[in-house]
Amino acid sequence: MTRKARVHSSRLGVAITAGVVLTILAGDALGQDTTRRRRRDEAAKPIELTPAQVADLTKLANARKLSVDDLIAAAKTYMPSGRHDDYVLFSSGGQSGQIFAIGVPSMRLLRSISVFTPESWQGYGFGGENDPVRERLKINGKPVEWGDTHHPALSETAGDYDGQFLFIGDKANARLGVIDLRDWETKQIVKNPLTVSDHGAAFVTPNTDYVIEGGQYATVLGYGYATPEDYKKSYRGMVTMWKFDRAKGRIDESQSFAIELPPYWQDLADAGKLASDGFFFVNSFNSEMATGGVESGKPPFEAGASQRDTDYLHIVDWKKAEKVFKEGKAKKINGFSVITMDVSAAEGVLYFTPEPKSPHGVDVTPNGQYMVVAGKLDPHVTVYSIDKIKKAIADKKYSGKDDYGIPILDFDAVKEAQVELGLGPLHTQFDDKGYAYTSLFLDSAVARWTLGGEYDSKNADEPWKLVQKTPVQYNIGHLCAAEGDTVSPDGNYLISMSKWSVDRFLTTGPLLPQNFQLLDIVQPGTTMPVIYDAPIGVGEPHYCQMIKADKLKSWDVYPEIGWNPHTQSLDPNSPKKGQEGVVRNGNKVTVNMTAIRSHFTPEHVMLEEGDHVTWRIVAMEQTKDATHGFCIGGYNVNLSIEPGEYTEFEFVADKPGTYPFYCTEFCSALHLEMMGYLHIKPKNAPKADASATTPATTASAK
Amino acid sequence: MSAFLTRLIGPRIPDEELRANRARYVTPTVIFMAARILLLVSIFFPYWHMELEAPQYPSGLFLTAYVNNLTEDVKEIDGLNHYIGMRPLGEAASFERAASVYLMIAMVLMVEVAAFVHSKWAVLLAVPVIGFPVGFLVDLYYWMRHFGLNLNPQAPLSSSVKPFVPTVLGEGGIGQFKTYAELGTGYWLAVVSGALIIIGFYFHRRAYRPLTLSATQNPKAAA
Repeated sequence: MTRKARVHSSRLGVAITAGVVLTILAGDALGQDTTRRRRRDEAAKPIELTPAQVADLTKLANARKLSVDDLIAAAKTYMPSGRHDDYVLFSSGGQSGQIFAIGVPSMRLLRSISVFTPESWQGYGFGGENDPVRERLKINGKPVEWGDTHHPALSETAGDYDGQFLFIGDKANARLGVIDLRDWETKQIVKNPLTVSDHGAAFVTPNTDYVIEGGQYATVLGYGYATPEDYKKSYRGMVTMWKFDRAKGRIDESQSFAIELPPYWQDLADAGKLASDGFFFVNSFNSEMATGGVESGKPPFEAGASQRDTDYLHIVDWKKAEKVFKEGKAKKINGFSVITMDVSAAEGVLYFTPEPKSPHGVDVTPNGQYMVVAGKLDPHVTVYSIDKIKKAIADKKYSGKDDYGIPILDFDAVKEAQVELGLGPLHTQFDDKGYAYTSLFLDSAVARWTLGGEYDSKNADEPWKLVQKTPVQYNIGHLCAAEGDTVSPDGNYLISMSKWSVDRFLTTGPLLPQNFQLLDIVQPGTTMPVIYDAPIGVGEPHYCQMIKADKLKSWDVYPEIGWNPHTQSLDPNSPKKGQEGVVRNGNKVTVNMTAIRSHFTPEHVMLEEGDHVTWRIVAMEQTKDATHGFCIGGYNVNLSIEPGEYTEFEFVADKPGTYPFYCTEFCSALHLEMMGYLHIKPKNAPKADASATTPATTASAK
Repeated sequence: MSAFLTRLIGPRIPDEELRANRARYVTPTVIFMAARILLLVSIFFPYWHMELEAPQYPSGLFLTAYVNNLTEDVKEIDGLNHYIGMRPLGEAASFERAASVYLMIAMVLMVEVAAFVHSKWAVLLAVPVIGFPVGFLVDLYYWMRHFGLNLNPQAPLSSSVKPFVPTVLGEGGIGQFKTYAELGTGYWLAVVSGALIIIGFYFHRRAYRPLTLSATQNPKAAA
C-alpha cells in the first residue's frame, strides 16, 4: 500500500464508522415506532358494495321493514365498536338532579354526573354520616337532596366553549352546581340566599367572568314573608351574577351580586357577545302581576298572567351593574349584595322593552347582533337589534316607565324583524350558514329560518323567512345544535328534546321516557330528517349543550396517588403504602386503608361500640378504568374510588357486629375476594382473652 | 523504562514518522474515541423493550429497560404479576442497575488507556466493552428465568399459571398476554461501540505492528 492509499483507507475507516452509527440510530428510531404501532387501527378503507351484498342488505332491510331513508339514518348514526363520537351532549337531567353526558351522533349515554341528588354509583353523598356532599345540599339546615336541573352552561372563552367547566341551575331550590370537566365531578353548590326557586340558570358571560342566574317566581327576597295582597309592594324578582374564579374553579360568593327586579316572573336569560358583549337579556311573563287564587273564584295564574299583549324583555348592562356593585352602591339582603331598582334606574343598569306576551327563550345570535325572543303564545319570533337598543338608550327613546320606574325602550325603535314560524315557538339555536332553528312546541316541529343583516349573504334564501319545518315526536321543548349557542356554531347536528314520546317506544308503564331526537341539519335545502330517537328514562331534561369532543381534556386517572377531588390536589392525609392500619386516640379512631387489585389493607378492622371513626382510603391504582368501590352494609356507605383517588368518611360505630366490607366495582378476576371485615365489639362483651378461652360461658351467660 | 513495561505499552512513535503518517496513527485513536462516546451515549437510550398485549389493555403495556433503570408500566405489570406470584420487577438486577453506570465509565476509561497502549495487550483493556452486550443479555435472561421460575406458590393464580421462563427476545406469552420483546437503541449503540473497537484494532495493529517489529529487529533504536 502506498502512503496515499493508506491515508485514504484511514479516512474510509472513519467514514464507515460514522455511517454505521447513523444508520443504526435512524433504523432503530424507526423500529421503535413500528413496535408501538403493532396495534390494530387499520385506517378505514373505502367500501364498495358488490351486487351480492346489495341484495343481502336489501333483503335485511325488507325483513326489518326499513326504508332507504332508515338505512341512510342508520349509516349516519351507527358507531362501530371502539369508534368515538364527534360530540358530547351535556344534558340537564331534570328532576333527577343530575347531568347526562351523551355521545353524538350515536346518542349513547356515556355517563351521568350527580349534582343535586346523592347517587351511589359515583359514591356521591354515600360517605357515612356528615358526608360533605349531604352537608352542602342542606338549605336552611334542611336536607334538600334533589334538584330540578334545567340549563347546563359550558364555560366559554371569547364566547366559545373551552371544555373546562360546566354549570347547572336547580330551578326548584335556586342553586347552582359547578362541575370540573377534568374529572367530571361536582365541586361546588351555591345556594341563592335571596330566592326560593329560579329558572334562568345557568348562562355564562363570554369569558365566564360571571354565571347568570335569572329568577322566576317572585317572593319576598331573602326568604321573607308577605301575603298576596302585598304582592306589588313586597314581592320581587331578581337576577344574580355569580362571579366565577377560573383559577380556583369555584364561584366566589363574596364577589357576586344580584339585581333587584319587579315581581314579573323572569324567565330565561342569555348573555350578549361580540356586538352585545356587556349586556345580558332576560325574558319575563306575568307583568300583569296576577296573584291567582282560583280557589276563591279569581282567575287562575294561567289566565291572569296572560292578559296583556306584551311583557318585558329585560336588558341589563352588566358591566355597569358590576361597576355599581364595586362602588359599594349595593345593599345587603340576607347577607347578599343587591342592586335595588332605584339604583338600577338611576345608573342606567336596567331597561325594558315590550315583547309579545309570555315568551320563552331569548337567544343571542352568534355575532351578538340580534336577540331572538320566541313568542310561545304568539306565532312569531321577535328579533331585536343591539345597535338599535344602544341607540335608543343613548337617545332616551322611551315609550314610558313601568310602575317601578324602569325605562321602557320604544318597541319600534329596537325591533329588527318579526318572523312567523308557527305555533308555540320556544327556543332558538344557530348554525354556521345563516340559519336559525326554533322549536315549535304546539306544532311539534323544528323550524329553520333565515337571519338577516350580515347573515343574509351566507345562503341563497331571503332574509327573515321561514324555510323549512320538520315534525318531531312530540312536544319539543329546548333544542340544541352543535355549539349552536356560541360565537361559532358548527351547523352539524340538532337535538330535539321532545317532552312526550307517546308511541315512539315500548310502553314502560304510565311513566314514559323523554325522547331525544337527532336531526341532520348539515345540508340546507333538505328536510332536516330525524335520524335517531334516544329514550331518556331518567328525569325530564330541559336544556343541553353540544361540545366538540376534542375540546374536552379529561383526565384518564387522577394525576397522583392520594389525589383529593374536592381540593383537586394531593391530600396530606392520604395513607401511604406500608403505613396502613388503625390509629386509636380514646374513642376516636382513624382507619388508614389502601386499595389495589385485589385487596384492601388492612382486611380486618377492629373497632369498639361507640367509636367515632374517620376512615381514610386511597386507590393505589394508576391504570385507566381500574376503579374500586367500597361499601359497608348497614352503615349507608358506598364510595367510588377511582384510580389515584383519596377519600375519607366518618361514622359512629354504634351498631356492634361483624360487617363484611367489599369492593363494589368489578375490578379484577379476584374482585369477589376483595373484601374484609369490620368488627365492632359490643361494649358489654367480655375481654378478648376471656372470650377466647371460655366461649361456652359467654354464650350461656346471655 | 523497564523492558517489561516497554513490551507492555509498546513502542512510541518517532516524531518524524508521526509527522509523515499522522492519519495512520490517529485513525485507531479516533475510532476508539467514537466507541467510547457511543457507549456513554447508550446509557441514555433504552437497551430493551417489552410490549404486553391483552384484550383489556387496548393500547398495550410497555416495559423499557435502560442499563440503570426499568420504566413505563412497571407498576401495572407488578400489580398483575402479583396474581401469579412473581416478585416486583424492581427487585431484579438491583446490583447491576446500581453499578452499571460506574461499570460503563470504568470500561470507557479502559478503552481510553488502550489508545495509549501500542502493543497487542491493548486488546485486553477493550475486552469488557466488546463483551458487554452479550453480558447484558445473559444477565437479563438470568433474571427473567429466575423470576419466572420462582413464583410464590400461594399466589391466587398459582394453579393456572405454572412457573415459566419469560421470552427475552421475540414473541412469547403468559396468561391472556402476548409479549413482544426486542433490543433497543442503547443496546445497538453498545454493539456498534464493540464493533468499532474491533475495527479500531485492525487500524491499531496496522499502525503499531511495523513499529514493534522494527523495534525488535533494532533494539537500540527502540530504547
